[in-house]
Amino acid sequence: MYACIHGRGAPVLACAYAFSPLVEEAAPDTAVIDIAALELLLGPPEKIAEAIRQHALQTGLEPGIGIASNPDAAIHAARGFMGITFVRRGEDLGPLPVELLSPPPEILETLDQWGIRTFHGLANLPEPGVAARLGPEGVRLRKLACGEGSRPLDPAYPDPVFEESLELEYAVDLLEPLAFILARLLNQLCRKLEERGLAARELDVRLGLESREEHRRALRPPVPLRNPRTFLKLLQLDLERNPPPAPVLAVTVAARPARPRVHQQGLFTPLAPEPEKLELTLARIEVLVGEGNAGSPELPDTHRPGAFRMVRNSPPRVCNGPKETNPGLAFRAFRPAKPAQVRMAGEQPAQVVAQGIRGLVRSAAGPWRSSGDWWTAEGWDRDEWDVELSDGVLYRLYCEQGRWFVEGSYD
Amino acid sequence: MPAAALQNTGKFHALGLPVPAPAARKPAQSLPTGIPEVDRRIGGIPRGAITEIYGPASSGRTSLLISLLAAATRNQETCALVDADDSFDPAAAAAVGVDLSRLIWIRCGGRVEHALKAADLLIEGGGFGLVGMDLGDALPREARRISLASWFRFRLAVEPTPAALVVVGRESYVSCAALKLEMRRRKVEWSGVPGCSRLLRGVHWEVERRKPVRSAPAAFEARVAG
Repeated sequence: MYACIHGRGAPVLACAYAFSPLVEEAAPDTAVIDIAALELLLGPPEKIAEAIRQHALQTGLEPGIGIASNPDAAIHAARGFMGITFVRRGEDLGPLPVELLSPPPEILETLDQWGIRTFHGLANLPEPGVAARLGPEGVRLRKLACGEGSRPLDPAYPDPVFEESLELEYAVDLLEPLAFILARLLNQLCRKLEERGLAARELDVRLGLESREEHRRALRPPVPLRNPRTFLKLLQLDLERNPPPAPVLAVTVAARPARPRVHQQGLFTPLAPEPEKLELTLARIEVLVGEGNAGSPELPDTHRPGAFRMVRNSPPRVCNGPKETNPGLAFRAFRPAKPAQVRMAGEQPAQVVAQGIRGLVRSAAGPWRSSGDWWTAEGWDRDEWDVELSDGVLYRLYCEQGRWFVEGSYD
Repeated sequence: MPAAALQNTGKFHALGLPVPAPAARKPAQSLPTGIPEVDRRIGGIPRGAITEIYGPASSGRTSLLISLLAAATRNQETCALVDADDSFDPAAAAAVGVDLSRLIWIRCGGRVEHALKAADLLIEGGGFGLVGMDLGDALPREARRISLASWFRFRLAVEPTPAALVVVGRESYVSCAALKLEMRRRKVEWSGVPGCSRLLRGVHWEVERRKPVRSAPAAFEARVAG
């Protein structure tokens, strides 16, 4: 059995969810409830309908309530009649106007020309004749007018919240006991995600501190994950690098859900590191080398010499370049560039002295002038030289604002 | 002969069965360097083994490593570069053909011990076609401090994987490397008139296999990209 609530003045959905989680939102002012299981709780349909009406009146709704064996008949009864209406036979809907069925305009016009203006009139038409003249849509409308219907309820489930939290009786000031608490919350959260066939693409951890502040950390794995062990290890490594400044009194872990990664490895594609494993490995390496020093380099859209940024999880491009190319000359950068003293002979560098570098210039090419970003505070304007020193090493020098630097060597 | 093998041999003797010949070692697959001259002479870089590329500054060590990375990433393999001295230049590498989205770059900021640990973690993680370890700017006295046991551990770690571990240095440090390549510079190619329109065009290198068998040097030229 289904009950439909139709009315204006208050949110119908909230009223419907007060009785059952199986609710279909047929329209903004119409909701259908599956009341089959409510009979055990509230009694026969009459009592259920009365309970719904009372609740709706309390919430400021003036409802039309329809009770029927299928959702469509319940909707028509609720929309067509005031108060509570039981649809036990098809004839109960008979007096309703055919416009309630929302027929297409051409069918409505045809029905009007035939003098059919109510459900009763449409239901009395022979089905073969309706099928011949109005097609499948006409047959469907006739069945609805008879109060027949076999479609199941299409319940709208509210968006689930993937969040777990725990308040502690005593403040925790060490990471190891905190890891036990995180493990418990992560297990619950990942189980919840798994039940719905989802994974987390972002994990937000909020630690309520004894000092009444909040310490927030966010994890963005390269692919959606739902393995609590991986999350726990990543969180441990992250909290080792960024520990909370005060003892922890409350822990909240929230996940942003996403569809889990479905990846079919090709037979002939080369092996690549598992994204989860790679993320863990890079997190471990970052503990050693510092944050932002492990990842894939990416070239920004600038001509600034030596510009790059480190990214995680850049999608690999499909590369169909030639199998063999001529090798290019590689460059080894000094970071930061080494300040140098350069003696000039005419307009050419003649001698270079810098930390670990000393020699006469055997050959030099330059100056190559480059400048950019002059419209910002971080502009550059420099003259570059390629030099070969007497020890045979090739360096790139540059002069910026009258000061010389060795940028790196060709190798 | 390892203890397990001896025990098995004893079992065969006890049963009166002929002792089977030890399984032939699977020939190592190799990774092309992307330079036809070098591939013809050396036959590529072995997978599941350590390769050492060494030579003084401006001897073409980095060009050979970058060429390897370009060839591997072109083949859709994921590579890692453990950069002890933070000297890798992504723009130059991209110009040569390295697919940066398939490269994991670890910047160790001059700490050789961090480079060792990072390489260890990457090999343990698996899935890489090539792991490069660049000690090219590390002082030989620092690089020599890496114990022999560490290199042997790397050899054992990389052996069951399809990854090639390539170590670049000023001198030869890895006694257990399966392949050792010594790099030398032959000549620098300039164009134009000195002091007026001079331009660095490229450098001619020479690579010589020193291990397992010494080979005749192979020459190749690295041109300035772009």
